[in-house]
Amino acid sequence: MSKRKVAITGLGIISPVGNTVSEAWENVIAGKSGITRITRFDASDFSSKIAGEVNGFDITEYLSAKEARRMDIFIQYGMAAAIQAIRDAGISDVSGFNADRIGVNIGSGIGGLPMIENTDAAYHAGGPRKISPFFIPSTIINMVAGNLSIMFGYKGPNLAIVTACTTATHCIGSSARMIEYGDADIMVCGGTESCVTPLAVGGFASARALSSNNDDPAAASRPWDLKRDGFVLGEGAGILVLEEMEHARKRGAKIYAELAGFGMSADAHHMTAPCEDGEGAARCMTNALSDAQMHADELHYINAHGTSTPLGDIAETIAVKRCFGEHAKDLAVSSTKSMTGHLLGAAGGVEAIFSALAVYHQIAPPTINLDDPDPACDLDYVPNNAREMKIDAALSNSFGFGGTNGTLVFRKI
Amino acid sequence: MEITEIEQRIKKIVAEQLGVNESDVKNESSFVSDLGADSLDTVELVMALEEEFECEIPDEQAEKINTVQEAIDFVAANAAQ
Repeated sequence: MSKRKVAITGLGIISPVGNTVSEAWENVIAGKSGITRITRFDASDFSSKIAGEVNGFDITEYLSAKEARRMDIFIQYGMAAAIQAIRDAGISDVSGFNADRIGVNIGSGIGGLPMIENTDAAYHAGGPRKISPFFIPSTIINMVAGNLSIMFGYKGPNLAIVTACTTATHCIGSSARMIEYGDADIMVCGGTESCVTPLAVGGFASARALSSNNDDPAAASRPWDLKRDGFVLGEGAGILVLEEMEHARKRGAKIYAELAGFGMSADAHHMTAPCEDGEGAARCMTNALSDAQMHADELHYINAHGTSTPLGDIAETIAVKRCFGEHAKDLAVSSTKSMTGHLLGAAGGVEAIFSALAVYHQIAPPTINLDDPDPACDLDYVPNNAREMKIDAALSNSFGFGGTNGTLVFRKI
Repeated sequence: MEITEIEQRIKKIVAEQLGVNESDVKNESSFVSDLGADSLDTVELVMALEEEFECEIPDEQAEKINTVQEAIDFVAANAAQ
């Protein structure tokens, strides 16, 4: 049986580099950093005082103030990015479609931590009567999917996969599978995150995962550079509309790219550290290429996981070489996290958007702050300037705590 | 506390909590049938009234507050002076 093909017909983003797809794309192509000092809380006692925060976000452009009050920030970002993608794909009016065959699959790595922290404080100050009836539905992770289905009348599969920093990639890849397998014709999918809070920053800092380059925030996220010292926490949402190819063509939808392949694997190695020989990540990429029925040399661009951690950047470099062999040195490999920071459960969503646009516009975004490359990192990382180039196919990697890996492959239409 | 002050404060909270215009909030308005509240909204509204008037509204009392006027009456009779 030949697989049904999957088209990308809608994109939506809320991010540290912009709150529309065109603004975010222009900024990453221009190499602009979205990293600043933390403004959401007083971080002066924390070793890491920087983050990629979303700026100028107004939820009332998308929802009423009353609806928004029932949603923690990660749900608001997810709703806003999804509504952009839904409008972009032209599927806001469900009456022209079979609603039973439109689904939603949007996850988050951590969920409603800001409201959990605030409600905990209210409880300790005032007792159980101070816990809002909206506390649970405002903080649990599947409520972006739930609220979207209620708002737009989408009655197909409705779920939210949670796999740390691989969340969005797994949500997108598994949504493509649902379309291929016939569970749905259209899936709204991706990830969202907002946890620039004392507990999240403190927790990642305690795990020694975060950069403490507080004096120069814009230069703190520097994948593959010798002076890299950890990731920078980011926030936002990246949502795609996936659609069965013939369904999209019949209605004349704009198609950004084909979502051609999805791979998964586990390191089976350590809670937070990658396996140093890149074995798990390499297997994940190989699985994705195999799913796309694509030879390694057909691929031209990789949007890397590239978080700017000392171990992770080397492990991914080794993994790319293991998977691509001699072709690895011909690949353009960049990390847009150098500009956005690490959006955790949303990272794979915004990076899927950048990968689809790289294929669509034939431009590889740069890795900024790559001034002095680590000798152990010797691929072509598109340093500091975007590059116009032939991109027939692109790949996006996500790796998460627990050793969970996901890879998506995008093919030019 | 003047009854008109209580009325104004309650109408403002109701409008804010339920996302309706203050001019649509009448004394006789029912939270559910006139102002579109659901079961969770009414719980939250009672919490907001407790906060505003620094009083405690027991659940069995809260169940009897279904209109703006009933809220005004309860606060007038029970709120801290």
